[in-house]
Amino acid sequence: MTQLALVIDLNVCVGCHACVTSCKQWNTSGTAGPLEDLNPYGENPSGTFFNRVQTYEVGEFPLTETVHFPKSCLHCEDPPCVPVCPTGASYKRKEDGIVLVDYDKCIGCKYCAWACPYGARELDEGRKVMTKCTLCVDRVTSTTLPEDERKPACVMACPTSARLFGDVHDENSEVSVAIRERGGYALMPEWQTKPANQYLPRKITELIDEAKL
Amino acid sequence: MKPAWSVIFLTTLCGMAQGLMLALVGADVIGGGHVTPLSARNFFSGGAVICMVLTGLGLFASFFHLGRPERFWRSAAMWRTSWLSREVIAVPAFFGSSALYAWAHYSGQPYAMALGLLCVICALALWVCTAMIYACLRFIREWASAYTLANFVLLGCASGFTLASVWAAWAAPAWVPGYLNAAYLFLIVGLVVRLLMLKRNAALKPVSTLQSAIGIKNPKIQQKAMGAMGGSFNTREFFHGKSALFIKNMRWVFLFLIFPVSTMLLALAEAKISGALLVVALLVQYAGLLAERWFFFAQANHPQNLYYQVVS
Repeated sequence: MTQLALVIDLNVCVGCHACVTSCKQWNTSGTAGPLEDLNPYGENPSGTFFNRVQTYEVGEFPLTETVHFPKSCLHCEDPPCVPVCPTGASYKRKEDGIVLVDYDKCIGCKYCAWACPYGARELDEGRKVMTKCTLCVDRVTSTTLPEDERKPACVMACPTSARLFGDVHDENSEVSVAIRERGGYALMPEWQTKPANQYLPRKITELIDEAKL
Repeated sequence: MKPAWSVIFLTTLCGMAQGLMLALVGADVIGGGHVTPLSARNFFSGGAVICMVLTGLGLFASFFHLGRPERFWRSAAMWRTSWLSREVIAVPAFFGSSALYAWAHYSGQPYAMALGLLCVICALALWVCTAMIYACLRFIREWASAYTLANFVLLGCASGFTLASVWAAWAAPAWVPGYLNAAYLFLIVGLVVRLLMLKRNAALKPVSTLQSAIGIKNPKIQQKAMGAMGGSFNTREFFHGKSALFIKNMRWVFLFLIFPVSTMLLALAEAKISGALLVVALLVQYAGLLAERWFFFAQANHPQNLYYQVVS
């Protein structure tokens, strides 16, 4: 059974927000209509974003690290947001495991947002329905885009290849190999939501001696 | 969590209606007292109409919580998995059973009391559905316990029986002392349960930490930026926006208003045999109930707040 997901490499993410802006652009010019963007140049901007990059400082000076942390919907294998939805607008696709919102059914009760421990769902203030990362299901299932562009917009935009995309249930996919070899982990495992998106931890990068290759 | 007034009104008004229904059916079953059949008929049918009005008002208030209220008719669809869907079925069921009960008593049907038992089942089911909406969210730990259901039932009964005593003062005065005694009992037990709930919530240690939220094991982690300068849905919906002192004081406000103050007003009303004082007691108690429900929402900590702490 396919489960498409992203793997975020915290070792190379530089916090450039290219994934944030490309995600916003792709989803705001789609058939579902624009994502909210209130006061973008004003004092208190507010808006709907599917993917956000946060920054954490780990450790105590002088032994600190700055970790840039992109987070979007983790497309959990046991999504807590799906059973709580009263209208069935929140659902998980059987063919590829992507968790989606049916905008025509959503009544904007926000119960799914209460049910998501990661804060992945946002109420779009303009459309008054719940929105979230779609894993660019329209790109991924497209028959008209070139083959190598049938990936989420954020994966294509990342300059450091910090975002990998593939089927985590396929042992030989790029993402499964990365998780296995680099020790990929899930967020907040204590709630047993089994997120499909995994994160790769920091590691000390070694220089490769060109002469020895 | 940010308390939503529409849901606060929904749960307090419906809770009062459910408690009132229990009070009506209780008197229907136990009977006694010097109440003429005509008074009893008007008392039960009128009381059931009050239940319907309160439930209707609560339902009206709840519409304001929806982003797309015109699609409300879809919300019973997922009754197999969603407690909210089940509540959407339970509210009209309770309303409908109250209407049947009102009609059965008004038209003098012999099975009116049996219908009352159906109403009680609907009221209990509605309490379970409402409480489980909050209690089933296992990581909002302030809500995820049996205390949530116990609190909803006890406060609903306390306010329902208080309202029953007000209604009885008007329509069946012989039953006022009985209802007041029941109200006192529910208030005492309700106080104990609410204090236990506060004690439990104060002792909660967070299960989710920044370490589990980003998966880095270093004991010192601090957020430096949440990725946006302005607010977002995540910063508005999950935080009450008031100071810690406000929350601390609100705890005492609702504890005092509901438990000692309204109880004393009820006792004073009983001593002075004053219907007006009973109404005052009910209003004061309801203000306390609104504060209590507000606090119930405000006290809940959502783990997503770990991700949204700092604007850089």
